[in-house]
Amino acid sequence: MADPLIFERSVPGRRGYRLPPSDTPSRPPADMLPADQQRATPPQWPEVAEFDVVRHYTRLSQLNFSVDTHFYPLGSCTMKYNPKVNERVAALPGFAWIHPLQPASQVQGVLELLHGLEQLLCAITGMAAFTLQPAAGAQGELTGLKIVAAYHKRKRRTRSTILIPDSAHGTNPASAALSGFSVVQLKSGPDGLIDLKEFKSKLNRDVAALMLTNPNTLGLFEYNIKTIAALLHEQDALVYMDGANMNALLGISRPGDMGVDLLQLNLHKTFSTPHGGGGPGAGPVGVAKALEDFLPVPRVRKRGTRFAWETRSRATVGRVHGWFGNIGVLVRAYAYIRALGREGLMRASETAIINANYLKAKLQETYPVPFHQSCLHEFVASAKPLKAHGVTAGDVAKRLLDYGFYAPTVYFPLIVEEALMIEPTETESKETLDQFIEALLRIAEEAKTNPELVRRAPQRMPVDRLDEVKAAREPNLRWMKPAQSIVHSR
Amino acid sequence: MDYAPNTDDQRQEMLRAIGVSSFEELINAVPVELHQRSLHAPHGLAEAQVLELCGALAARNQSLTDLTSFLGAGQYHHLIPTVVDAIASRGEWLTPYTPYQAEAGQGTLQAIYEFQTMVCELMQMEVANASLYDGASSTAEAVILSLRATEQPRVLLSEALHPHAREVIATYLIGANAIVQEIPAVNGVTDLEALGKALRDDVACVVMQQPNVFGCLEPMAQAGELAHKVGALFVSSVYPISLGLLQPPGAYGADIAVAEGRCLGTPISYGGPGLGLFTTTSALLRKIPGRLAGCTVDHAGRRGFTLTLQTREQHIRREKATSNICTNEGLIALRATVFMSLLGPEGLKEMATLNLEKAHYAHERLRDVSWLRPAFEQSFFNEFTLQCDDAVDIEVVNRTLAKADIIGGFPLKSWYPSMPHASLWCATEVLSQDAIDRAVDALKKAV
Repeated sequence: MADPLIFERSVPGRRGYRLPPSDTPSRPPADMLPADQQRATPPQWPEVAEFDVVRHYTRLSQLNFSVDTHFYPLGSCTMKYNPKVNERVAALPGFAWIHPLQPASQVQGVLELLHGLEQLLCAITGMAAFTLQPAAGAQGELTGLKIVAAYHKRKRRTRSTILIPDSAHGTNPASAALSGFSVVQLKSGPDGLIDLKEFKSKLNRDVAALMLTNPNTLGLFEYNIKTIAALLHEQDALVYMDGANMNALLGISRPGDMGVDLLQLNLHKTFSTPHGGGGPGAGPVGVAKALEDFLPVPRVRKRGTRFAWETRSRATVGRVHGWFGNIGVLVRAYAYIRALGREGLMRASETAIINANYLKAKLQETYPVPFHQSCLHEFVASAKPLKAHGVTAGDVAKRLLDYGFYAPTVYFPLIVEEALMIEPTETESKETLDQFIEALLRIAEEAKTNPELVRRAPQRMPVDRLDEVKAAREPNLRWMKPAQSIVHSR
Repeated sequence: MDYAPNTDDQRQEMLRAIGVSSFEELINAVPVELHQRSLHAPHGLAEAQVLELCGALAARNQSLTDLTSFLGAGQYHHLIPTVVDAIASRGEWLTPYTPYQAEAGQGTLQAIYEFQTMVCELMQMEVANASLYDGASSTAEAVILSLRATEQPRVLLSEALHPHAREVIATYLIGANAIVQEIPAVNGVTDLEALGKALRDDVACVVMQQPNVFGCLEPMAQAGELAHKVGALFVSSVYPISLGLLQPPGAYGADIAVAEGRCLGTPISYGGPGLGLFTTTSALLRKIPGRLAGCTVDHAGRRGFTLTLQTREQHIRREKATSNICTNEGLIALRATVFMSLLGPEGLKEMATLNLEKAHYAHERLRDVSWLRPAFEQSFFNEFTLQCDDAVDIEVVNRTLAKADIIGGFPLKSWYPSMPHASLWCATEVLSQDAIDRAVDALKKAV
């Protein structure tokens, strides 16, 4: 039996939290608020006891797979362990309960932390400067593309094209379009990398930038990146790197040395801040020296031994966040980087790469990997051989849930048929990886011997496969009291 | 500390299974000239050292919990029931990704569906999404939706809309061929006459804030009516706690209502993470940015939840998506859901009433200070603007107050250079009458 909605637990008159009594002289609200500004009907929020809330949301939590409870090999999402100490640090009142308008003299600690985090990210990536404002990777991309637009505008010329490989994440073209650019797609070469010939044929004086992910979504390093960057720079076009896959590169290679002009990092991936079921994240943007003036304001600056916000800059693209960014996330990432330090960060990437190659070596006979070069932190395999039995990548994903594993990213990147994009991360043990390998091999067997079992999966979840078509055709996006209609007084 | 469990022996065993003799072979695909096998970062730390280091940094910040603060200006200090942290710190909420595999994410999906319902109820709007980054980016997304839905280029922003929201809108509109026009405020509220004059057929939307940045209540119903007359959309940015007493946007005809929802159960954290609330009408449903959870059935006919209408989104539509947003503020939305469940309709009204009473008490007491007076004669909720005598510098006064652990009103001159003597004062349920009285005494002595 499915869990009821919190609204279905509601009993009129029940309370879950009491406010302290008023200690100021009480006056009827009508004396303070004009009648036509007052709310006529209260929101229909549930009326439940504190314990109702605790039981309800504890039970709901138990319906989730999560990193804490299950192996979560979701490709390009870097679902590594999120250290608990970082939660404790972020909850310290000195971080959790400071106001963004407090004078700098009262918040030197957080300013020092943010400044220190910027320095660390510069060292890790080889970029000259960072903004910590963007609230997620996609907002980082948007910030980067606004910088690209501002750069060309400053040079008084129109550049309207962004080149994007066909293996790119969907946020790349969406961010480009939101910045007024048109997108020209680059077809990947037979090795899964940017095809130099294709690239050169599309490179012209209208190109504002290339957006590329490195390692790309196949887990492959763009071997020609320096050449590509040089060709773009010849046209005074920029190289934007989507740094979502930075977990492959810590202490291996630095984007700043590759000719990258700007990139975003996803701190909720590489730097272990929890994904929270869909955020909050943080997507700092790093730039080369020539682009530093375009970064969003305000920027934290060190003056002598003191830290302060610099609110103005001549060429800035402006502000992308209401305040200074997702500070709580930045604090966690700082604690993580300091805990791992130079040796730990390097070891994290090395281990992530070994784990991915180990899975690939054990699985590729059954689930072919279309590109042969060594992968870095992730790889894309194909469930195509199972199609002969009527089993798809999506079916494999669902069946994995029955085995107690979250699913890889499926059907992405679009250039691999029946794609299974697998990223184990460094925090999973060999034992877990072996169990995962065994499950995937068993599913391939099941596809031959009992394909119906795989096609009907999952069977051990709280619900079976859901009717997605119904969900989209008859959108039911909010609960309604039975027999109540939505008509509000308007 | 690297949190990676495999031992050196296991790593060697795995390298052998891969068929390479050393790790370096695995990175052959990275050109040697690009190898940078060292990091200019400090050595790692043990957990106790991390706590010591970060604890020392935190200790160099003065926490609101140790101060009497009148700061608001878009970020308000509210109580958070203990249960919110107890629930939100569970790994099952904290550590999953966006629920792409619905069968293994029913908890998150049902919670989003409950969140969407509660946010619709709060705003009295028909549709709410699963959240955006913060109030400012929600306002920018509302403007972008309006430009697309109306296919008109002009955007009218009230001067009394939070300046940071206006700045974020400007950044989001780089490259968008839109024209932004600001409507002045007179006596603390948006000038309806100026608004009327600016409203022409080419206007996509009017954006106003309630209560506005000066704390004043705006004539939202009249402004909305003016906007609708020329076919423009009316966008309202609101303060969730105030809606315990104030008219919700749906009641005055807002087409899009947005808010900074962080105040519903999450600490201020120096301004982030926030929680962008985004609501609209059914008519605009298919243009809405961000994730939506929907209720459906499984093959056995049982109720279940899934992400839906994804053809609006970047991973399907790529450059034709309604927005580029992917990761949003899931955990903060969960915190808000737990908070709203605990408060219920009565709790919200009680919290709003406490704010109204404390702020009106503070307003009355601060009028006693000889060199302070109300800047505007307007109704307000929990925040108001005061004017100093020309001879008094509020920043100097604030430095004096700081010595007594009091943070005075926020000087508005950095946001509004034409208001050099104005400051913004806020009182929420966390301020006691005692604290307000002590602050008033300190102010009287400060000049």
